[in-house]
Amino acid sequence: MELIRLTAFDLSLAALLVLALALLSFQLSLGIGQRLLIAALRTVMQLSLLGLVLKFLFVQSHPMLIAALALFMLIVAGYEVMARQQRPFFGYWGMGIGTLSMFISSFSVTLIALSVIIQAEPWYSVQYTIPLLGMMLGNTMSGIAIALDNLTQHAWQQQREIEGRLMMGHTWEEAIREIRRNALRSGLIPIINAMAAAGVVSLPGMMTGQILAGSPPFEAAKYQILIMLLIAAGTGFGASAAVWIGSRRLFDERERLRLDRLRPPRN
Amino acid sequence: MAGLRLKAFSTPLLDPFDLELEPGECITLSGPSGSGKSRLLRAIADLDPHGGEAWCDDTAQHNVSGPAWRRKVGLLPAESAWWSEQVSDHFTRLDKTALAHLNLPTKSTEWQVNRLSSGERQRLALLRLLSGQPQVLLLDEPTANLDKGNIDLAETLIEEWRKTHDTAVLWVTHDPDQQRRVGSHSLVIRNRGLVSAWN
Repeated sequence: MELIRLTAFDLSLAALLVLALALLSFQLSLGIGQRLLIAALRTVMQLSLLGLVLKFLFVQSHPMLIAALALFMLIVAGYEVMARQQRPFFGYWGMGIGTLSMFISSFSVTLIALSVIIQAEPWYSVQYTIPLLGMMLGNTMSGIAIALDNLTQHAWQQQREIEGRLMMGHTWEEAIREIRRNALRSGLIPIINAMAAAGVVSLPGMMTGQILAGSPPFEAAKYQILIMLLIAAGTGFGASAAVWIGSRRLFDERERLRLDRLRPPRN
Repeated sequence: MAGLRLKAFSTPLLDPFDLELEPGECITLSGPSGSGKSRLLRAIADLDPHGGEAWCDDTAQHNVSGPAWRRKVGLLPAESAWWSEQVSDHFTRLDKTALAHLNLPTKSTEWQVNRLSSGERQRLALLRLLSGQPQVLLLDEPTANLDKGNIDLAETLIEEWRKTHDTAVLWVTHDPDQQRRVGSHSLVIRNRGLVSAWN
């Protein structure tokens, strides 16, 4: 089986549909048309660029180049986590918490997958590294962003309850325990739902892609299972790290609640 | 040694000052709204960053952890917080006879928190604070939501507690009559400082 190549004309047909949607949005004054178009434009440009970069890396597969691309993806993902926070932390912490959590979860889980499970030759081969890392980062990113946002929002809303407990001499961990647990749970729900629905309700993107590209369906299914499990682990550990670091940062060394470390919402 | 001693203590709204409360002594504090009374109490309980040093008996604030300090120096905020559903969830130990002193039925510990009236909340919050047996009490308008009869009960309870446990009390109240009834001194916040209200 050979992949049917898409032409620029094929893609412009799909783009027309998005344009039509934007028109509808302007007509109904949904106020989202502009954002839709910018996002669609970003998709086109970013993915084309990635395609070109990967094409280059396939030829010139120097480990340092691959590492540089991986680092770039990590930093963008860290920024994205911060951008999704209604009340991000001030200073380096704003980006640092998400980036660090994704580094310890996505990076390490991907490394384990590459070196122990897939065992490509060499293990850092671009064909496996970048797609795998991309899937990991993209999916753990949402879980971490949701968990962190949930944590800071609820800490903000329940300031009086948290401080009420501190006044009674509770430690910071006692005072934030329930909020922390709920935050972590909220970050894990999307991947749990995705795993539950996989193959029954939804056909996951990567498996679809492999089948379109002509892989045997059962091989594609095995890769998808691997990815799903890795994403679940990465999201869980990443969100745990983010929630732990974030909740610690909400309190200072005297175990006072320090909501002044959160930036107020922009709007 | 004093029950509570503050040295060069300062908050964003108050310039550095010294203050001493003997064990068993009650001092009232008043001042226009926004002058920083509540923030001062929060700073003494080490809930807000502040300047200077505080001692409770021989213990310096910086020598113990925040939670350990706050178990010694108990703050009753103007609006009490309840984080669990049932009243009893908020008490580690409760002397049921104390409930009667504040005109609360024994069954009140089984009440749902969201059904409490503001007066019931305030009285239960006072009992909750006392149940931790703090050595210093910081009370932020503890009787603001109470009627005359319950104000008397609360004042009596706090006074008896203060005398039997030798507890130092810093009591924020606007009512001049209450200031005279409960305190031996009265302080007022004026121009970013504490001054004596009557001599």
